[in-house]
Amino acid sequence: MTGAGRLLRLILRRDRITMPLWVFGLGLLPYLYLSAFDTLFATDQERTDYARISAENAGFVALYGPLHGDSTGELVVWRGGFVPVMIGLFALLTVVRHTRADEDAGRTELIRATVVGRHAQLGAALLATGLASLVMGAVVAATMIGAGQPASGSVALGAVFALTGWIFAGVGAVAAQLSGGARGARTIAVLTLGVAYVLRLGGDISALGDGRLEWLSWLSPIGWMHRVFPFGANDWLFVAPAVVLTLVTVAAAAYLSTRRDLGTGLLAARLGPATASPGLRSPVALAWRLHRGLLFGWTAGFAALGLVFGGVGSSVVQLAEDSAGVNEMFSRIGGGDAIVDAYFATVAGMCGLIAACYAVQAALRMRDEEQSGHAEAMLSTDVSRFAWAGSHLLFALLGPAAALLAEGVLAGVVHGDPGPVLGASMAQLPAVWVLAGAAMLLIGVAPKLASAAWGVVAGALLILLVGPLLELDRWVMDLSPFTHVPHLPGADFTPVPLLILTLIAAALGGAGLLALRRRDVPI
Amino acid sequence: MTEAVDVDGLIKRFGAVTALDELDLHVRTGEVHGFLGPNGAGKTTTIRVLLGLMRPDGGTARLLGGDPWADATALHRRLAYVPGDVTFWPNLTGGEVIDLLGRLRGGLDPKRRNDLIERFELDPRKKGRAYSKGNRQKVALVAALASDVELLILDEPTSGLDPLMEEVFREVILQEKRRGDRTVLLSSHILSEVEALCDRLTIIRAGRAVETGTLDDLRHLTRTTIRAELTSPVNGLAALSGVHDLSTEDGRVAFDVDADALEPALKSLVAAGVRSLVSQPPSLEELFLRHYATDERSGR
Ligand SMILES: Nc1ncnc2c1ncn2[C@@H]1O[C@H](COP(=O)(O)OP(=O)(O)OP(=O)(O)O)[C@@H](O)[C@H]1O
Ligand SMILES: [Mg+2]
Repeated sequence: MTGAGRLLRLILRRDRITMPLWVFGLGLLPYLYLSAFDTLFATDQERTDYARISAENAGFVALYGPLHGDSTGELVVWRGGFVPVMIGLFALLTVVRHTRADEDAGRTELIRATVVGRHAQLGAALLATGLASLVMGAVVAATMIGAGQPASGSVALGAVFALTGWIFAGVGAVAAQLSGGARGARTIAVLTLGVAYVLRLGGDISALGDGRLEWLSWLSPIGWMHRVFPFGANDWLFVAPAVVLTLVTVAAAAYLSTRRDLGTGLLAARLGPATASPGLRSPVALAWRLHRGLLFGWTAGFAALGLVFGGVGSSVVQLAEDSAGVNEMFSRIGGGDAIVDAYFATVAGMCGLIAACYAVQAALRMRDEEQSGHAEAMLSTDVSRFAWAGSHLLFALLGPAAALLAEGVLAGVVHGDPGPVLGASMAQLPAVWVLAGAAMLLIGVAPKLASAAWGVVAGALLILLVGPLLELDRWVMDLSPFTHVPHLPGADFTPVPLLILTLIAAALGGAGLLALRRRDVPI
Repeated sequence: MTEAVDVDGLIKRFGAVTALDELDLHVRTGEVHGFLGPNGAGKTTTIRVLLGLMRPDGGTARLLGGDPWADATALHRRLAYVPGDVTFWPNLTGGEVIDLLGRLRGGLDPKRRNDLIERFELDPRKKGRAYSKGNRQKVALVAALASDVELLILDEPTSGLDPLMEEVFREVILQEKRRGDRTVLLSSHILSEVEALCDRLTIIRAGRAVETGTLDDLRHLTRTTIRAELTSPVNGLAALSGVHDLSTEDGRVAFDVDADALEPALKSLVAAGVRSLVSQPPSLEELFLRHYATDERSGR
């Protein structure tokens, strides 16, 4: 670990902007929620009613997790139930960025050749992420106590935040050893996070109905974190497996890193064909080679989501039959099937946002290709810039379509009523395309800021998750394309917003393409 | 005479940095043209402008009679390029990269491809990351040389190659040269390579061409080193304007002399009586050192 201190400082310096954004952005969220809830409910009665209905709303439980109490603190924790996923994302991306991505860029080689211990780089990355998570937890605890919440719950919530960061820092560290490069490491780690989330989601929704699949949630570290129930049970028992998992993953990563060579993964590279197949003769054929792993991975992931969402649909139906209160509320807004429709509408919106992540990732592949010099090799042949960019855009636009189709079909078939469920998923597509178009615009106009496309996705996500509760102004809500997608199934289908979204996507993407054609490559 | 590359007064800025500052570059059809200059001089930038990857801020550039920016793809069918920093897709094998790039340029000769792979001792079955630097370079070289094109643009093509492979590269280029219809623009830092291959060369510094011409033209610009043993002390040598670094030591003199001062210098040596004389031809190395050195302002 010699030299880890200096490397730690280097990391903090390189991340001096993004790290505080994550730490304070997420760390202050509970406090914001607290203020929002305080103003939202005039009386205790209103609050307990809201809690009772929400606890049995399957769409809400899918998004935010289980709700077992009705105090303001518990509501805040519950409503912030998606935050662990974002903390996990922050942690694993940071660790991969400062280990595997540096290794890919050749910086690690340079650093390892100086007076720096074998584990210093991994150690520094884990320390930086662990410390950032701890600070985030401290911010949560301090602001909640400051706002007059019970100290025990505030500290428990802070611990949940910090521990989530630790767990997924460990996951990122292991993933960084397994694959042959940063991209593969990120995929493995994000997939692990996704699986943890879906397990939690499936288990929690099942618990609302017959409970046969509730054990799924117990397999997921995110599920453990929900089961601490800060301000409610304050069950510190679940801290233990989280700490153990962190230690195990960190130890495993340290061990694995000594078992592999610099620049390689544990999964050894094999020899390939000496000549290209006859089909490999166009930019699209190359793009297929570059994107197919992503396409298969995302489509398989969405198929799994569809199975879970469709599978727990029966729990929602049962819930509608059992719970008079819920039934009554939903019948007021739309009749018998309304509760099931509302569930599938929420789920479709969520899938749309996840598909937008895929779209942006696929579009940003273009930027990777540019920075690694591959674009230069392509563009010095008989390939125009439109053809080159188009070959990647094809996957950024149709890849999410395939993924949403897989999810919609499977969820619909498993649920037993494919048409409307599939329609709800596919209706997200124009909004997804808007975000792909925004990414293309950035790539064309401001290539050095292209990764800000992730910020656009995060913005849309925040508007969806946080907007209604914080009662953001209408125009802020309208900024997100997903606000304009009709709430299918259930709501009336109106094609006009979808057409307009598609036109906006085309305009953004077209402007990006034109700008790309006029600028230097590479910059 | 037609020119494959015709660049006049080319200007390219990156923000505050002026990478190309009224650069002139003229490559005749059928010649191998050396393109030299210290690190950061603007060689790669010039090549990127010629490939239509970057848009110049001023001046004119013509490539194979066309506009590199507007006619980019049409021109690219007629040329092959080896980039300075070669990296390829990690999930494609070297063989696949060679075939793909060749086909995108409009086809490559399979016999020639296999012949080159053999000569460069390249294993085409490895995937991107598994290649060493030199082997990556070979992939790029084979991909470019196997295409039947009019113009080869090579940006430091032998960087990372071992001496044996460098020799193979030279042989291949000399073969191309004998065919007579291929033009090569070769950016390089390796003097012996330039000496062996190039008909003419251009030296650039800080974005400007400081010398251009044949090797002999440029040699002419450099100094010959003379060492002589004399029978009597020499007079008037120090006064000659073209004589530099003169040292005299009991009957021996040593000095460098400009080409145009050679005759008067030798005359004064002869006048003093010559016992022995060694003359060293101007080396290209000296020429480079003179232009590469950062402490003196060179050229125009
Ligand atoms: N994309 C860019 N953005 C900003 N500056 C650049 C960019 N590309 C090149 N430069 C600058 O332009 C100048 C010329 O660079 P160039 O790469 O053409 O040099 P070179 O002659 O190829 O050098 P080398 O021998 O090291 O390859 C340098 O000062 C470099 O820093
Ligand atoms: Mg260069």
